[in-house]
Parts: sequence; C-alpha cells; structure tokens
Amino acid sequence: MTLLHTKLKTTPKIEAGDFTHIVEYLLKMMEISVAEAEKRTGKNAVNMQETYTVYLIETRPVDAASEGTNPVPDSLWRRYSEFELLRNYLLVTYPFSVVPPLPEKRAEFVWHKLSADNMDPDFVERRRVGLENFLLRVASHPDLSSDKIFYSFLTEENGWKETVFETGFQAKADSRLKALNATFRVKNPDKRFAEMKHYGDELQSVISQLLRVRARAADRLYGVYKVHGNYGRVFSEWSAIEKEMGDGLQSAGHHMDAYAASVDDILEEEEHYADQLKEYLFYADALRAVCRKHELTQYELEMAAQDLTSKKQQREELATGTIRTFSLKGMTSKLFGQETPEQREAKLKMLETQIEEGEELVKERNAECEEFVKSAWVDIERFKEQKDHDLREALISYAIMQISMCKKGIQVWNNAKECFSKM
Amino acid sequence: MSAMSAGAPRSLASSGQKSIQDILHPLSAEESALNPGSAAEKDLILPNGTPVDTSSPASSSSLLNRLQLDDDLDGETRDLFVTVDDPKKHVSTMETYITYRVCTKTTRTEFDLPEYSVRRRYQDFDWLRNKLEESQPTHLIPPLPEKFVMKGVVDRFSEEFVETRRKALDKFLKRVADHPVLSFNEHFNAFLSAKDLNKRQGLALLTKMGESVKYVTGGYKLRARPVEFAAMGDYLDLFTQKLGTIDRIAQRIIKEQSEFLMELREYGPVYSSWSSFEEDLHDPLEGVSGCMSNCSSALEELTEDMSEDFLPVLREYVLYIESMKNVLKKRDQVQAEYETKLEAVVFREDKKTPVPTDVEKCQDRVECFNADLKADWDRWENNKRQDFRQLLTGMADKNIQYYEKCLAAWESLIPVLQDKQEAEGETS
Repeated sequence: MTLLHTKLKTTPKIEAGDFTHIVEYLLKMMEISVAEAEKRTGKNAVNMQETYTVYLIETRPVDAASEGTNPVPDSLWRRYSEFELLRNYLLVTYPFSVVPPLPEKRAEFVWHKLSADNMDPDFVERRRVGLENFLLRVASHPDLSSDKIFYSFLTEENGWKETVFETGFQAKADSRLKALNATFRVKNPDKRFAEMKHYGDELQSVISQLLRVRARAADRLYGVYKVHGNYGRVFSEWSAIEKEMGDGLQSAGHHMDAYAASVDDILEEEEHYADQLKEYLFYADALRAVCRKHELTQYELEMAAQDLTSKKQQREELATGTIRTFSLKGMTSKLFGQETPEQREAKLKMLETQIEEGEELVKERNAECEEFVKSAWVDIERFKEQKDHDLREALISYAIMQISMCKKGIQVWNNAKECFSKM
Repeated sequence: MSAMSAGAPRSLASSGQKSIQDILHPLSAEESALNPGSAAEKDLILPNGTPVDTSSPASSSSLLNRLQLDDDLDGETRDLFVTVDDPKKHVSTMETYITYRVCTKTTRTEFDLPEYSVRRRYQDFDWLRNKLEESQPTHLIPPLPEKFVMKGVVDRFSEEFVETRRKALDKFLKRVADHPVLSFNEHFNAFLSAKDLNKRQGLALLTKMGESVKYVTGGYKLRARPVEFAAMGDYLDLFTQKLGTIDRIAQRIIKEQSEFLMELREYGPVYSSWSSFEEDLHDPLEGVSGCMSNCSSALEELTEDMSEDFLPVLREYVLYIESMKNVLKKRDQVQAEYETKLEAVVFREDKKTPVPTDVEKCQDRVECFNADLKADWDRWENNKRQDFRQLLTGMADKNIQYYEKCLAAWESLIPVLQDKQEAEGETS
C-alpha cells in the first residue's frame, strides 16, 4: 500500500461539512468516502437466502488529487455488520476513547410517511451518509485514526475479518460487556467522570425526547400542507362555474397545489437535522461507556487496595496475637485452641508473600487508573469541544431551513393573493 | 284608481320614474300579511300614482334600468349609514341575552331624526328579516348568522362568538341599507328608529304560516322556466356544493394546524430543558426554544382568525343561497299561478272577450318579480365577487402575516447562534 507512505502534507484536505476545525491525522493523507450502496443476495451462516446492502468505500491519496491527476480511487465493498465489527474492535481496544457511533441499525423516530423499512432507498441513502460520517470521524481521531485494523478495513477487502479475530479482541469484548452491565459501588470515583456520566444520561434522554416530538410535529406539518392541495382542486371546479372570477380562482388553485407539494422537500431536509441529533444521541452512549470504564478501573483498584489492607491487618493480628477484627478462623482458633508456633510462622510467611503481590497489584492498578483517567479525560475534552461545535452548526442549519421554509410560504401566499385580487 | 296617499300603495315595491330619494315605499305590514293576494286583485299602480303600463314588457326593463343605475351608490351619494357594535350582556330573572347597539346616520326624509341609537337583540334582527321576506317576496334578503347554537358545544357568551355574530349582524344591516328597495321598507325604518319594537309576532306568524302553505304546496308544473332563472338555480346548487367543500377543507386545515400547534408547544420546551445542563450551548438552545414559542403564538393567531373570520362568512353565504333558492321557488310559483289562470282562460271558447284583468295582473306580477329578481341577482353577483375577493385575499394575508412573524423570529435567532463563533474568531 503506497497510499499511506506518501508524505504528510501541511495543508489538510477538508471532507464532509460538519467539522472544519479538527482535520488531522489520516485525513491529511487520504480522502475517504462511502460512494454507493448496492443490494446483494447470498447465503448466510445458517445457509439461508438473504438480501443485504453493501456499501462502496473509496479511498484516494490527498496529494494525487491536488496534483491535478485524477487517478481512479481504490475501492472495496463492506456491509453494515462489518462496520459493526470494526466498531466493536475499536471499543475494546481503545476503552478511553469516545468512539464515534454508527448510524442506527433500524429506523427509529420515524414519522408516518417515512419508511421504517431497512431496504427503503431513502433509509439506505441516509445510512450511506452516516457510514461515511463514521469513517471520517474515526479517521480524524487522534488515537483511532492510526489503528492498523482500521486502515486495513479501508484497504483490504478479503481476509479482513480474520485479521480482526486474530487480535483476540473477542475475549476482551465479552468481559467488557459483562463489566459494563455489572452493578458495583465505587467509593471514590473521579468527580469529573461521575458528572460526565450524568451528563451523558441527560443528553440521551433529552435528545430522545426531542426526536420523538419532532417526528410527531413533522407528521402534523405534512398534514397541514397536504390538505391545502384540496383547495387547488375545489378552486378549479369552482372556476368552471364562474365568469369573471374564474381565471383568478384557477391560477390561485395552482399555487395551492405548489404549496402542498413543497412540504416533501422541507421534511426531507429536516431528516438531515434529525440525523445530526441522532449521532449525538448515540455518542452519549459512547461517552457513558468511557465513564463506566473509569468506574470499573477505579473499582478494581479499590478492591485490590481493600484486599491489601485486610491482608495487612491479618498479618498484624497474627504477629501481635490480638484480634481486632472478627474472623472465622480467629474465632475457631480461639474456641478450639491456639495454633502451634510453626503453623503461625507458615501463615505469616504466606501473608507476607500475598501482601507483596498485593502491593504490586495495587501499584499496577493505580497506574492503570491514572493512565486511564489521563487519556480518557483528554478525549472527553476533545469530544466536548467537537459536540459544542457540531450541535451549534446543526442548530444554525436548522434555523436556516426554517427561514427558507418561511420565505417559500410567503412567496406562495403572495402569488395566491395576487390571483385572488384579480378575481 | 284612487289617488296615492303616502301611507297605502298596494303595488309591489319597485322604483318608478321618481328618483329613489322621493319614493315612499312602506308597505303596511299587517295588510300584506293578511291579504297577500291583494296586490294581484287591485290595480297595479306605481307609488307615485301613475298606473303601470302592463301591456308592454319594455316598461319592466325601464324599471330595471332605473334600479340598476341607482344601485351604484358610492360613498358620496349614500344617505344612510348603519353600524352594529357594543355588545352587552343582559341578565334578567327569566333569561340572559346579548344586545347590540345599532347606530344610524341618515339624511333621508323617511326618518324623523338624522341620527338614531337603539339596542337590539338577535330576536329583533330575526323579526326584521322575516318582515322583509314577507313584505318583499320578490327580493333577495341577505342572511342572518345562524339562529340556533347548541348549548354546551358553543359558549353563546364568549367574546369570540359574540364578535363573530356582531360582524354578521352588521353586514346584514349594511346590505339591507345599501339595497335601493329594501332600505325603504317601513319595518327596516322601525327597526332602526323605534324605541321599542312593537312586534306583534304572534298574529303575523299565524297568517304567514297559512300563506306559506299555499305557496309551497302549489304543485303545478311550469311550462317553461326562463333560461336565466334556470341557470341561476343550477348555479346556486353548484355554488353551494363548492362552498360546502371549501368549508370542510378550511375546517380540516384548522384541525391539522391545531394539532401541529400542540406538538410545537411540546417541542419548544424540550430545547429549554436541554439548555439547562449545557454551558456553551445554553444560549443557542434557549434561543431556539424562544423562537418556537413565538412561532406557536403566531400559529395560534392564524387558526383563531380563520375560525372567526373565514368560516362564518362561508356559512353566511350558504344561508344566503338557501334563501335565494326559496325566492326562485316563489318566482316559479307565481309564474305557475299565472300559467294556470291563462290556460283556464284559453280553454274557454269565447276568444272575443279580452283577457280578464286578473290574468293580466298575474302576468304583471310575474314580470315584476322577474325584474326585481334579475336586478337583485346582478347586485348579488357583484357583491359576491367583492366578498369572496376580500375573503380569499384576507386568508392569503393572514397566512403571509404568520410566515412573516416566524421569519422574523428565526432571522433574529441567527446572530445568537453564531455569537460564540465570532468571539472565537476574534480571539484565535
């Protein structure tokens, strides 16, 4: 692969509208796009016929385009499940990163005219855009973009799956899942992470609510516009029985038809806004996963520390012969007589070893914890900035959409008014 | 033929060779109610005393011309101004009802004073309309807003309902005041000027009922309905249909808009609650919420306006058309009566005797009716065109205003949304 070995250019190539301020790393070197989608049929794991969609990933070195020559991009086909595999690998391998989310698996928050069918061409198109967005996000992430598996996802069609499984991430994936779902109490979590987790919860809740109500509102708006189309028909019929009023009515009717038809484009544009919100809905999940992972590492540290403390205590008790803490062993030895000095010696020695090991473990876990907190917090800050920027942009484009809709409305009704005044 | 006195012309009200201002028009209400056939039995005389030349149809058309010319009264020659305003609630032991103030300004000599201000309730308007229908059966009487309101469904004393009704009553009186014949009706005069309306409804109603039975159940088939009246009937049927459809569409739009409004009212506040746990995004999100709140208010205004101004006018026209169709039916019956009488005469062997006067009277009745109706029809068409032009441009205007309000709200939001970026740009 000669692509990646080209020199780093100083001027970054900007792809996809959403983030203009962080374009580094892999994106400096290659253009990535998900150019097309196609339907395929084949046999699945249980030897049954199935239809699925594949997406064409195209890559091209940045400097090739800027030099004027336009070589054919390299390309390969991937299906959604392979994207999922890639993401799961990244989640496990970079637990301190807020990993970009994939577009939704099934259409949710649909309003009635929008199809909930995965095979629907509009859904497939929106998914194509979402997948491209995912790749660009990963390619511009400081840690994820340099991952080899990610690179081969983009460049090696065959054998990629095997390569992923060879990393052994699957085992880690299972334990990660278990840990994420377990309930445990952490005594001293980093406050910032606790707050971030809470923020993630709130963000998820509010965006879900927003998407749900927006879908209902879109439904109603559709109804309002479409019913106006009926005016078109009745004005036409009415104009047939009028003399002087006829022309004005007829033309006004045409404008009512145009008004009714305009809502399709308006709502299609709004879906784009909904998709932007959805991305952050899923991002909230990724954020929470990082916070959860912190809790887990912190918990494991606390467990190790607790264990060490209790072992030290046991040693002390054994050495001084005082029993400060209740232990079954202590009680039984009290009841059934003291141990022999040799037994005590043996026990003490064992404890010493355990304590040594325990101290090592605590050191390790502490280092892990600190390391995790450091890396994760860097990425969380990066994510915060990205989120603020992206959502602000989304709101701006939403406002612009609304302005455009109002202007169109004013125009149509002015046209109709002119026709009415000529009646 | 006795000389005409100011109080007792027997003819049907039509203008003659005198100018409108000089014509005394009052038909005695009781007399016409009790003797509906009196016009046919007595000689046809114009109010100024000259006998109607019934032999030539040209006379009818000259009447027609005069009517039409005098119809187009612009502001300067108008001499009668009527308004309905100031609704007030009256509570008595028996009932609660609303009265409206009716103000009149006029230079007409038929009125004793140049100005009047009286209080009337819906019942009084209803009485007036019935009187007009009785006394001017050949004319199109403007409609009143619907009489019966389902208690419990609509609040008869709500501001919106009262205002809608007031507008319709105002329009009713103005239409009567603008009519060259109806505006001279003595009941109209009494309505505008009398302290207390001496209605004597009971008697008039009874006799009226008897007569209407006679009118309606005349089952005689017309030989040939004149083309223009047939066309009027067809047009009215089709037009009613269209109005009904438009009414349904408008109602449906209002419903959809109301449901959209409900969702908007839930949608906006979510942005507000989101802003409460954001820092950087707090102002933009709060701004979006405020913007949506403004759009919601604008939409509420639009739906209210359409309910209060648009729908009632449509319904008023449907009522108008109903009464017009009745007038067309009456015209048919008058023509039928004439044809019956004519046939009976034709059957008689003796062709030498001239056509008896009662048949002539019938013919005159038909011709006068046709003339009045034709004139009123033309006026009605003109008014209809103006009314609907106004109604529909009004609808367009309301929608434009709604979008303009929303546009202003969103445009003023853009700088708020972009604010941080500009600040960032300056510092970086």
